[in-house]
Amino acid sequence: MATTQSRTLAKIMLFPSVSLLLAWMIVPLCMTLYFSVLDYNLLMPGDNEFIGFLNYEFFLTDPAFIESFFNTLLLVGGVLFITICGGIGLAVLLDQAIWGRNYVRIMVLAPFFVMPTVSALVWKNMFMNPVNGLFAHFAEFIGVTPIDFFAELPLLSIIIIVSWQWLPFAALILLTAIQSLDREQLEAADLDGAGPWSKFVYIVLPHLSRAVTAVILIETIFLLSIFAEILVTTSGGPGYSSTNITYLIYTQSLLQFDVGGGSAGGIVAVVIANIVAIFLMRLIGKNLEG
Amino acid sequence: MAIKDTKKSKLIYTLAAWSVSGMIFFPILWTIITSFKTESEAISASPSLFMFDWTLENYAEVLSRSPYFDHFMNSVVISLGASLLGLLIAIPAAWSMAFVQTKRTKNLLMWMLSTKMLPPVGVLIPIYLLFRDFGLLDTRIGLVIVMTLINLPIMVWMLYTYFREIPNEILEAARMDGAGIKQEIFQVLLPIALPGIASTLLLNVILAWNEAFWTLILTAANAAPLTAFIASYSSPEGLFYAKLSAASVMAVVPILILGWFSQKQLVRGLSFGAVK
Repeated sequence: MATTQSRTLAKIMLFPSVSLLLAWMIVPLCMTLYFSVLDYNLLMPGDNEFIGFLNYEFFLTDPAFIESFFNTLLLVGGVLFITICGGIGLAVLLDQAIWGRNYVRIMVLAPFFVMPTVSALVWKNMFMNPVNGLFAHFAEFIGVTPIDFFAELPLLSIIIIVSWQWLPFAALILLTAIQSLDREQLEAADLDGAGPWSKFVYIVLPHLSRAVTAVILIETIFLLSIFAEILVTTSGGPGYSSTNITYLIYTQSLLQFDVGGGSAGGIVAVVIANIVAIFLMRLIGKNLEG
Repeated sequence: MAIKDTKKSKLIYTLAAWSVSGMIFFPILWTIITSFKTESEAISASPSLFMFDWTLENYAEVLSRSPYFDHFMNSVVISLGASLLGLLIAIPAAWSMAFVQTKRTKNLLMWMLSTKMLPPVGVLIPIYLLFRDFGLLDTRIGLVIVMTLINLPIMVWMLYTYFREIPNEILEAARMDGAGIKQEIFQVLLPIALPGIASTLLLNVILAWNEAFWTLILTAANAAPLTAFIASYSSPEGLFYAKLSAASVMAVVPILILGWFSQKQLVRGLSFGAVK
């Protein structure tokens, strides 16, 4: 029934989206690639000569890159660990018959809708401040020395804040997955005398594996680009101890105006994100077929 | 005995769930409470949950001493503008992919999603330089453009999944009755698809409202939305906890309420269909 007319129309309707996304993706990316092989600094106007892979060499061998690479791994890995474990726990808990489940859901979900700058500043000042924060008051109350979170444990502090933001997402996705579990399976396991633990390990967890993979991949895409939380809390410091790759490229590009170096860093970030994206796309692709 | 058991376990689970969720929600609750305190009470070493002199002076001060309302309007214009513009571009694309499937539809959809996975720092410098050269830095229109583009893949994707659920038979029946392509879209398809379109709009307003990479980098005083305005509290002078709280509450609460309505769309929009 699909006539030539409707096929043509379909193409016309697709055109704006496709061309805009293509332009948005290809044009800047090609410019980044081009800049990345130039000796180009906004503070030193010159003829921006071609220097091959020198920017990449400088970027990849910079101790700051090595440090922020491992910070990025720790940040992404730490947040994933906390949100997946916490998310599974919360999902199982919220799946039980409880009073006021809707209110509980609303409270659990709330942090996800708090803008990053607000959550970072609220945690930084009202909770983690070594003099006036709630944690400091509590530490003094029980008679221990308050921790200066952002001076002593900058990366861990950011991990805590970001985990608080992403825990609701993991919990919600995993809860959705748990609720699609076939209840008859659990009843059959009950009849066979399975305890709650073995039901969890042998039925619930395997059922969740796909959802967990999805949460890991999606969160990773977003967590690789954490920026605002670092900007308003530590500005990457002390030293480079809480700088991730995104923040490093930002400082190089817009604070030191090193267009060439920043572009090389940007391309490195794209490559890293692509490795994750390939796995995510495979997972989505399988679902589109099924 | 079995009934007693379930009652008891329900009580235990309820207590556990309420205490855990209470802890998760506490930072937001604490911010709301602090926003009604005086600055000296806000940093008191023996902080009180409810027993203090409630005051609205922080709200008055934030609203009068800073261009808060301007930033609020920037947020509204940017998030709503980008979402509406996005709908305008995404609806035809999603419609065409959902109802005129070809061999390439799936690949096209996957490619669109893949653009969402491009890290923003990969295009940071070109976008910044292009914005500078075209005079778009620190303008609302510039941010509307960026927000539209970064959320376009999610919009197309969400709309596509909604449109796919519309049975083809309805369209065929409309065609049998002699409906033209215009009538087909405006009188048959849109009314059925409206809830899906509304949900897509809602989720994208939320995402754009909270976006904090491009808003922080591409704006200064004029077009800064609330994300950037709140960031200015990272280097404050004097006591500011209560004022920070008041500004935060006003920035977060509207979107929090919208967010609670969009729970289901969140799963659909952000899991890219990887979870059903």
